[in-house]
Amino acid sequence: MTGAIDISALTVRYAGATALDDVSLTVPHHGLTALIGANGAGKTTLVKALCGLIRPDHGTITVDGRIAHVPEGREMFPDMTVDDNLRLGGWRTRRRDTAAIYDLFPGLAALRARRAGTLSGGQQQMVAIGRALMADPDVLVVDELSLGLAPMVVTSLVDHLVTLHTTRDLSVLLIEQNARLALDLCHYAYVLESGRIALHGPAPILARDPRVTAAYLGGHIQVTDE
Amino acid sequence: MSDLIGYLLTGLGIGAGFALVGSGLVAIHRVTRVVNFAQGGFAVLAALLTSTLLSAGLPHGVAESGGVALGALAGLVVGVIAIGRPGTSPGTSLIVTLGLGVLAYAIEVLIWGDQPRSFPGLTGVAEVGDARVPAHYLLILAVTAVVFALMAWFFARTDPGRALTACASNRYAAQVVGIDVRRMGLLAFTLGGALGGLAGVLTTPVQQVTFDSDVTLIVNGFAAAILGGLSRPMVTLAGGLLLGVTQTVVAGYGGGAYQLEVALVLMLTVMIVQAARTGPVPEAAR
Repeated sequence: MTGAIDISALTVRYAGATALDDVSLTVPHHGLTALIGANGAGKTTLVKALCGLIRPDHGTITVDGRIAHVPEGREMFPDMTVDDNLRLGGWRTRRRDTAAIYDLFPGLAALRARRAGTLSGGQQQMVAIGRALMADPDVLVVDELSLGLAPMVVTSLVDHLVTLHTTRDLSVLLIEQNARLALDLCHYAYVLESGRIALHGPAPILARDPRVTAAYLGGHIQVTDE
Repeated sequence: MSDLIGYLLTGLGIGAGFALVGSGLVAIHRVTRVVNFAQGGFAVLAALLTSTLLSAGLPHGVAESGGVALGALAGLVVGVIAIGRPGTSPGTSLIVTLGLGVLAYAIEVLIWGDQPRSFPGLTGVAEVGDARVPAHYLLILAVTAVVFALMAWFFARTDPGRALTACASNRYAAQVVGIDVRRMGLLAFTLGGALGGLAGVLTTPVQQVTFDSDVTLIVNGFAAAILGGLSRPMVTLAGGLLLGVTQTVVAGYGGGAYQLEVALVLMLTVMIVQAARTGPVPEAAR
């Protein structure tokens, strides 16, 4: 099966320690796929390999189309303006017109001349998504969308992401520590534990899997739900 | 009074040279985190080539451009050797630039010998107030002002300039958006080479050049650059000018022997103050 992203038998080692061990994963075309896992499970390593920032020791990564990356921690160019941040997102594609991004995130238009480092976390996350969209991606990799943001801000960002996914036919890989958010939002999910894929399946099924509820959703919440 | 105005203007002219060398260091450091100890060598190479081209009969302007172009080329070569291999740490690259700086001595002595050289610049004397200053100092100031204005425009308004600024601002994010940070590092080295070359070409008519003139230039340029934490060109300009004026005034009223010490004392003071405030000055690679 070939999808927007196909990762097959990926292994990455850092100075002897294995960060990713034989990981295989597919993000289907037009799919919303989640990768969940605790801190240190290897999520960030996978993202870096996917975006070509580190070279894997084994395995293959195939991406169909252009990939863009919303990095963990948002990674602004803090002393540059919002507009320059967005514009740099189009570096590869030589696209420099940022108007479409302001149509998408009207809230950013008023901030275009502000230095990105002075924005709130939610505003920075919008800039990070907008910057990734400047690359006209077919596949969007979103690393820790919700980290450190207030629930209301996350809800609004999720709405934006869903709109993008449906209106632009974007394939999305969402890497999240917040498993509940990821499983609610996505169609399919992978669970990464200590560098290996421990579980995977359709998100609604995984959300009821006792191994997932115990480890990632907090067992007692599930009990009160039922 | 006329003495003071004279010292000020010559000091600004000399300081502009330091500022250009310093801004070359800044251009390279902010993108690559490498302190380029070959920076003074670019100025020497450019000045020596210009002297040769002028004595071969090339007109002014062409000869100086040739010198600056050699500076830029030398910058690119040093860059390729110092950061060309992926994964080279800034500390290792620093030692490489130091080695290349010494190698440059050998090449310069082989080609041009070890005697001081100079070439005429702008002739004539300008009268400012009641002070009389060689007109060339004013040329240095004018060119430096134009170059710094161009640099500000380049870094803020052009695509390659923005990409260089992006690498300086957040190297990881630059990689995320697909900027080739190693290539940008080489561009920064080339730019640094051109700026160093320009410093040499501009100041040689009032100072002479020897193969080891780079020591004065690098010490003063580094002192100017460290004022802005090796990352701010405009502070480097101010620092260079201040340093030039201080040295000329000290030499004018005191003794010419202490010029370099002024820079060293300033540099050490700034580094100690900064280290006390923020920890070791040039942070290791982020």
